[in-house]
Amino acid sequence: MSRYLRSKKVWLLLAVLGSALLSRFSGAINEYYLQVIIFVGINITLAVSLNLINGYTGQFSLGHAGFMAVGAYTASIVTLGVPLPLVTYPEPSAALFARLLGALVLAFDHAVNAVLWVANSGVAAVHGLPLVLQFVVALVAGGILAALTGLLVGVPSLRLRGDYLAIVTLGFGEIIRVVIQNTDAIGGARGYSGIPNYTTFFWAYAVAAATIYIVVSLIDSTYGRGFLTVRDDEVAAEAMGVDTTKYKVVAFVLGAFFAGIGGGLYAHTTTYINPAGFDFQRSIEIVIIVILGGMGSTPGVAFAAVLLTVLAEYLRFVAGYTFLPTWLRQLAANRTIIYALVLIALMLLRPQGLFGGLRAFGASATRKVPKAA
Amino acid sequence: MARTISLLRRSHPEKVGLRQWQAWEHGNMSGTEFFQQLINGVSLGAFYALIALGYTMVYGVLRFINFAHGDVFMIGAFAGYWLTPKLMPHFPGAWMPVGVCVVLLTAMALCAGLGIVIEKLAYRPLRSRPKLTVLITAIGVSLLLEYGGQYLFGPDPKSFPDLITDSALEGTGALTITRSQIIAVGVTAALLAALSFIVKRTKLGLAMRALSNNPTAAALMGVNLDTVISFTFGLGSALAGAAGILWAISNPSIDPLMGILPGIKAFVAAVLGGIGNLPGAAVGAVLIGVVETFVGGSSFSSYRDAIAFSVLIIILLFRPAGLLGKAQVEKV
Repeated sequence: MSRYLRSKKVWLLLAVLGSALLSRFSGAINEYYLQVIIFVGINITLAVSLNLINGYTGQFSLGHAGFMAVGAYTASIVTLGVPLPLVTYPEPSAALFARLLGALVLAFDHAVNAVLWVANSGVAAVHGLPLVLQFVVALVAGGILAALTGLLVGVPSLRLRGDYLAIVTLGFGEIIRVVIQNTDAIGGARGYSGIPNYTTFFWAYAVAAATIYIVVSLIDSTYGRGFLTVRDDEVAAEAMGVDTTKYKVVAFVLGAFFAGIGGGLYAHTTTYINPAGFDFQRSIEIVIIVILGGMGSTPGVAFAAVLLTVLAEYLRFVAGYTFLPTWLRQLAANRTIIYALVLIALMLLRPQGLFGGLRAFGASATRKVPKAA
Repeated sequence: MARTISLLRRSHPEKVGLRQWQAWEHGNMSGTEFFQQLINGVSLGAFYALIALGYTMVYGVLRFINFAHGDVFMIGAFAGYWLTPKLMPHFPGAWMPVGVCVVLLTAMALCAGLGIVIEKLAYRPLRSRPKLTVLITAIGVSLLLEYGGQYLFGPDPKSFPDLITDSALEGTGALTITRSQIIAVGVTAALLAALSFIVKRTKLGLAMRALSNNPTAAALMGVNLDTVISFTFGLGSALAGAAGILWAISNPSIDPLMGILPGIKAFVAAVLGGIGNLPGAAVGAVLIGVVETFVGGSSFSSYRDAIAFSVLIIILLFRPAGLLGKAQVEKV
């Protein structure tokens, strides 16, 4: 029995079956609680995937909300099935800028329209499928597009370390948001509404379980040790023949893929998304989960996702408790202050995070080497 | 045009700032238009220069990016908001310029104090820890200032008091030059000159340069690292505070999150000029200001906030040491 319990595949199977079973009873709980529980699942996916980049590979990324946005919008476009309008070619303008860029813009517009045409045909084809399959295709498409974005972010960011990387990923995240905000076809700043409510308890937790399974198996594999070497000492890793560039890109692409799927799930439970919901603060919230849980500890991060999501909702109630003094209620309503204090205190007192050092499945990464006799 | 602006500014002071009337002025770009944008860009760059210098100085001595620097800028604006009604009544009539200087210097002193306290409480205990730890702490401090500011001052924008009655200057022909632009550029130039004197001619400045060159050797030569680092934080934060007040004079709507974007753009300016390089930060800031204004005046105006990031990414890809910086090889 214990042999089976040590197998990750068995746990994955149990988690998926368990969430399918529990999903049957989701009608019995209050709708609000169910929503919070689903958010917990989505946040586990987001945080565990960010942990692959920030924790295991040591590449501090602040742009996870950008990947999430790509996934959320792509998945919503697929399930809504409204064809995207093609770009109209610009009138030749007299403005200096436009005249200089005119030819470039026209070429770009042609390329965009070609992509849009392919996307629209794809979406139309998907709409012949049953709803469940449509949702799966939507999520995967969101994940893939987010992964491509991850590649786009990862490759130029490879030359950067530490602080610079953080700011550049932040910048990429903001660029994604500004581009969405300026794209009228998907609602621009008004947001995108009417997304079907497909995300159930099952989907949220099956995806979370799959993410945990994949990240943990990857890190525990021989190949996955490469991520840890990049984090621990890049120069030494390179000297040992580890292709650090490849590992960084893989981390970004995989992390972005799951963030995209998480974004898709998020869009299909809130049924309304807008670019402001994927801003820098959203990225910070995921980063805080990862730091609180302990960078490089998947179970720790998963715990922290549960803890912080529930805490954030609980603080809403605290803000409403009239018997508390006003300053305390305002503090509860403004939960980012609490996050900020927690961040500073953690870094000063316990930089490995609350549950740092906790590892999944038999602690293989810290296993003691038996002494030679 | 000039009259319209000053009228609008009087009736809706919170609405009409530098940004707004820049946005009105797009369309065909004539020669006048070009110079107008250039003037606007340079005066915008002046704010960024004051903030960017703080980033670059702190990077010079500690090799880390003080994420909270943009929020010190915000605190500067709020210090001005709070000080103006308290101090200005003591300086009636012809004494007004003195009053403005007093408000500016007091706000700078407050910000310097804040910067020193932040360094002492949050960054100093972490000095020997991994860089990532310090970076995360800096993000924490930044969030604390932003949302602590929301908690204390309220989240809605405040209208900055009329420290200087802003109006367009007469006799500039078709060009519009406002008094706040002149003051911004003038004060920035004066502060840059003062900074350059401090860094080049004083003992503390010498110590700063020594520290940024080689901390270990500087310490061995008797430089007190703690004092110099505190001084650097104080100096950088004072400049950010001055930028906050100048910014609020021309964009009189201030809120606790106002520091984020200027902070990031100033950081980009510092990187563009070569981080750790003081003249580079000023040059980079003016460039960023000009590019941003031109984009803001073109048909791509809605992308103007994404421009700084694009510049940053391009710079880091092609010339990571910046325009005036020297490439460094990392030693193992």
